[in-house]
Amino acid sequence: MRLDPRLPSGPVAEAWSRRRQELPLIAPANRRHYRVLVVGSGLAGASAAASLAEQGYRVRLLTYHDSPRRAHSVAAQGGINAARNYQNDGDSVERLFRDTVRGGDFRAREAGCHRLAEISGSIIDHCVALGVPFAREYGGTLSNRSFGGSQVSRTFYARGQTGQQLLYGVVQALLRQVEAGRVELCPQRDLLDLITVDGVARGAICRHRLSGSLETHTAHAVVLASGGYSNVFHRSTNAVRSNASAIWRAHRRGALLANPCFTQIHPTCIPSGDPDQSKLTLMSESLRNDGRVWLPRRAGDQRPPDQVPEAERDYFLERLYPAYGNMVPRDVASRRSRELCLSGHGVGPTGRSIYLDFDEAIRRQGRSVIEGRYGNLFSMYERITGSDPYREPMRIYPAPHYTMGGLWVDYHLMSTVPGLFVLGEANFSEHGANRLGASALMQGLADGLFIAPATVPAWLADQPHPKLGEDHPSCREALEGVRRRIAHLRSIGGRQPAEVLRRQLGTLLIESCGISRSAAGLRQGIEGVAALREGFQQELLLPDPGTPLDPELEKALQLEDYLELADLMLRDALSREESCGAHFREEHQSENGEALRRDDDFCHIAAWEWRAEGEPLRHQEPLSFRAIHPTARSYR
Amino acid sequence: MSNASSLSLALRIWRQRHDEPAGRFLTYRLTGLSPDLSLLEALDRLNQQLLLEGERPVHFEHDCREGICGSCGFLVNGQAQGPQSGSTVCQLYLREFSDGQTLTLEPWRARAFPLIQDLAVDRSSLDRVLMAGGYVSVNIGSAPEANALPVGRELAAQAFEAASCIGCGACVAACPNASASLFVAAKLAHLDLLPQGQPEAAQRSRRLRERMAQEGFGVCGNQLECAAACPKEIPSALISRMNRHARS
Repeated sequence: MRLDPRLPSGPVAEAWSRRRQELPLIAPANRRHYRVLVVGSGLAGASAAASLAEQGYRVRLLTYHDSPRRAHSVAAQGGINAARNYQNDGDSVERLFRDTVRGGDFRAREAGCHRLAEISGSIIDHCVALGVPFAREYGGTLSNRSFGGSQVSRTFYARGQTGQQLLYGVVQALLRQVEAGRVELCPQRDLLDLITVDGVARGAICRHRLSGSLETHTAHAVVLASGGYSNVFHRSTNAVRSNASAIWRAHRRGALLANPCFTQIHPTCIPSGDPDQSKLTLMSESLRNDGRVWLPRRAGDQRPPDQVPEAERDYFLERLYPAYGNMVPRDVASRRSRELCLSGHGVGPTGRSIYLDFDEAIRRQGRSVIEGRYGNLFSMYERITGSDPYREPMRIYPAPHYTMGGLWVDYHLMSTVPGLFVLGEANFSEHGANRLGASALMQGLADGLFIAPATVPAWLADQPHPKLGEDHPSCREALEGVRRRIAHLRSIGGRQPAEVLRRQLGTLLIESCGISRSAAGLRQGIEGVAALREGFQQELLLPDPGTPLDPELEKALQLEDYLELADLMLRDALSREESCGAHFREEHQSENGEALRRDDDFCHIAAWEWRAEGEPLRHQEPLSFRAIHPTARSYR
Repeated sequence: MSNASSLSLALRIWRQRHDEPAGRFLTYRLTGLSPDLSLLEALDRLNQQLLLEGERPVHFEHDCREGICGSCGFLVNGQAQGPQSGSTVCQLYLREFSDGQTLTLEPWRARAFPLIQDLAVDRSSLDRVLMAGGYVSVNIGSAPEANALPVGRELAAQAFEAASCIGCGACVAACPNASASLFVAAKLAHLDLLPQGQPEAAQRSRRLRERMAQEGFGVCGNQLECAAACPKEIPSALISRMNRHARS
């Protein structure tokens, strides 16, 4: 298989405007003949559905939530980047582009990163017009702050609830289209298969979560915006029902999955207090702007933090990385924290946490300033832990948070299944091996507000548009397959609830494929997952609850997909014999423990092909850097 | 508030299948609970036990488990979103309760929120209220430069506070008339306070209030239980604001 990313030729700076000139259009009167199925109602899905409907296409939006307002974009805290240089501190499109390519450790496409930086400003314009209440200066202009991995202040924010406010903005735009009859909202649906006709995406099979019925949805194009797969790990920061089933089912229908081992572990999460804790809550890394990370110098120091004198504290990020200090990128902060905890310096009941201390910031700037910036984060921390961060340092620990990997897409955001577009966290695109803070919201909205609304119509324009009936053999085949799969899971008749098996998988994966990875550990992981897959087929407990509402069935279906995805993540991590971005291979590090990239052999995207029989196939899309020469990342 | 390292609780839970005309309370006992667990995590544990015993698990809505998605919510000892002010039930930790306490959990009851099953109700009526006009009617691609229209810092902060409503429906559940006035007033304040929302302000106010009545929500009786129950502490003054503007 030859992967064609359809990248524009010529200089990268004008690539997107050149490409847009070439895209075919559909006349307004003809647009209502095309139906687009959008899966997911987060920033990317809701904004794509609204944009396409505004243009005149008929859109049907599927979400597993009861309301589109609940999609997990709602939980993003810190902010959204845009190259506006409102702070006159030297920012530009060029600089955001370079930061994104470097931040991704040269494992993303230049053209895509440049387009993202170009579009970033328009996203802010549009969100302000939609009524998103961003933070403002006294003069009424928009306020900015700086964010992990950046030396300029280009992050727009709405206190610690930026994702919530952006999501409400685009969901309100979506609801306006629902009222106008141009979007049909289908909540409470789980996607269980993709329908393809002659290899082209033409719809999806869903299960209605309340009625339990299986439904066939047909369309002329399918847009997946179903989020990332961090929940394959045990205890991520994701919403507990976020899942990978939509992308995995598309993968099994022929969509290649790119760089699945590129997963981000966020350094500032609230550590686990109890084995039954269901998730880890993230706190915005904007906290690292004012909080100082430290651990006792002496391993095993059990004293409470206020009894550890200044001279006996190790502000290890400031020590190791004087230029960036506490603001080093997420992967660096997470890895250093883990190393020190493993060597016995960690604090808290389990020894698996580090301090984030605001004492100095409160003394220097006053409590009211700190409260104004982080008030809601501080009260959230206190609510969960019962400890007051104004008086004692927070305890934090890294947790899986975001997945850079995802379905492979070309420059038009189309997967290797023609007619299947993938947006937001669900695709692998512009973050390379590591995503910078405040760039996820930017990418989700760039995809949904501006890119897909240009490229999806261009695909439709080249298609004949016969309606696909639900009785088409391809639809019936997909529906039958889902029916058989559910019947099979019911027939296993084991003793283990899905949640118990999922924890086993998630724990194994965080140990073998988490912050730090080794060939031996990854091989063990692959064997462990194989055993768990076998165990699942014998041990799953899935009784018929006697009502159509069946969260246990949902969990079992999701787990079956996670078990296959985990295997692929481990294989991808094993075959990528280098350290880059968030992917740290212990075999590939410098003397002082920094990641060693191997550009000669691994300057490519790994895209995996699913096969019904035998091992998955690894394809490569080479990356070339013309505007920026690859250098080693340095935050020292 | 408990300082114990391990708690026992009796959970008296409303059980009603989707197709049953009436439900009943059943009591379940849980022991050895860490005070660092949330109430929903205690329900997770109960459900695991029920599953292993061949019983049907308790149905409840939830997702983010960090108080921002607005999915969860039911009555805890008669209070929508539980006894702790300013939080959802997913953010309600067992350390707030005492050892041996009985907690009564029941679904929200309002005409506009039909029961789904056990503790879950259908709140799609709230979205239909927003559809009537809870937005700025601007098409993507037609926005002016973001700093072209200054917005005072205080005004932006007030709009933000109104916009922080998570649409969970606790205000409706707490209201003796099952009114959605706080929910509607918060959306109106969010959009009206900003210059971007002002051109449609009068129409928006009329349409949202009309739709609220059509969906079966009651009228505000000024009891202000809504604001007391709101997990985001949206002030009841926004309802006064809505009514003042509706008359003018």
